[in-house]
Amino acid sequence: MQTRIEKFVEKLQQAETLDDLQSVVEHLRTLYQADHFIYHSVNHAGEPYAALTYDLKWVDHYLARDYARIDPVVLGCYQRFHPVDWKQLDWSGKPARGFLKEALDAGVGNQGFSIPIRGPKGQFALFTVNHKCSDDQWARFTRAHVHDLILIAHYINKKALEIEAGSDILPDATLSPRETDALTLIGLGLSRAQAAERLKISEHTLRVYIESARFKLGAANATHAVALALARGKIVL
Amino acid sequence: MIRFLYGDRLHCAPLLRDTMFRDRAAQFSGRLKWAVQVDDQGFERDEYDAMNPLYVIWQQADGRHGGSLRFLPTTGPVMVNDHFPDLTGGVAITSPHIWECTRFCIAPDAPSRRIAARLLLGAAALGKRFHLRHAVGVFDPAMERIYRALGWEPVLQSRGRAGIHIGLWSFADIDTATLQRRAALHGSGFLCWDDLGMAAPAKRRICA
Repeated sequence: MQTRIEKFVEKLQQAETLDDLQSVVEHLRTLYQADHFIYHSVNHAGEPYAALTYDLKWVDHYLARDYARIDPVVLGCYQRFHPVDWKQLDWSGKPARGFLKEALDAGVGNQGFSIPIRGPKGQFALFTVNHKCSDDQWARFTRAHVHDLILIAHYINKKALEIEAGSDILPDATLSPRETDALTLIGLGLSRAQAAERLKISEHTLRVYIESARFKLGAANATHAVALALARGKIVL
Repeated sequence: MIRFLYGDRLHCAPLLRDTMFRDRAAQFSGRLKWAVQVDDQGFERDEYDAMNPLYVIWQQADGRHGGSLRFLPTTGPVMVNDHFPDLTGGVAITSPHIWECTRFCIAPDAPSRRIAARLLLGAAALGKRFHLRHAVGVFDPAMERIYRALGWEPVLQSRGRAGIHIGLWSFADIDTATLQRRAALHGSGFLCWDDLGMAAPAKRRICA
């Protein structure tokens, strides 16, 4: 059975337009059973782009009022690179409290987890999962999915940048010989310990090589990275 | 206390900032003779300091720098990939779950083991809070003994030119109890998350 992240990656790979990306973001709601997902990006030229599931009336209202000025999520994440639970932000100021009340009335959930991303040349993006539930339920949700969510945030950003740049100049992931060696040995069915021994490196080093290759290929996990590397002619088994 | 400050917030703690960059000059240029730039104010800063990194800093009771580390995500430019590919087997280490940790510095007059333990506690807290799996970084071989004594050794290391090592730390392997004993710190009250925590948005730009 495919895991959630595998299903997400498969759908993302098929996306070719920004409309496709919007439907990928909408699909995350079904995959992870959370109320809302929001991807928002500002490129180096200052042009914004968003794919999100909030009520569009709320989005229009937010933009008309220029709420990015007072939104604690934007203020807490801009120019940062650490993920933030909304509880770690300060909602105590009067403008923030008023903003939060309006957001909740518009169907925004009380819980949120946001991941800022620094892209190339000053590009900045923010990916958020939002849900209405208790603190305990939310803690369980984030504990279960945090690593998926961080990966999804970066993969959506990469895809958005690719679409923006146009597929003809899409930079192909380059893997170093050590990464292709690692994937090849895993693909041949060796265990991590055996592969590490063959390459004369520690198992931790092997893990990091595979993790790097996985991320560059946009893969869900090690097995998927092998499949993608094979399909793209990066390795031969 | 241990402070967590992004580069664009260092101006809120000018004494801490200035003593940190001077202590870095004393350690990396003066003592270790690394080929680093020291400016006319006596500050050791490089291009990664200009990338708004996240600093973990032990601040002494008098407000001065006692020791520090610097973090950047490996999804952007980092020192190991830009300058030391020979130490990583040519692999550009790239993952949102792996951050680079560099410029491990201890003030010249400070108790080095205790401060080192405090900085590692800070790094451990950062890894836990931000869900990291590994940290990677270059370090001076003299630190090797200290990391071992503190019980959080790099899980991989390779020796490079000019006696510089690369290390990989796993956040799953941390022996917090040992670190706390060596650091002479307990609980979590010594962690000051600054505006990574509960700072009022309006105060962000005016230095809380």
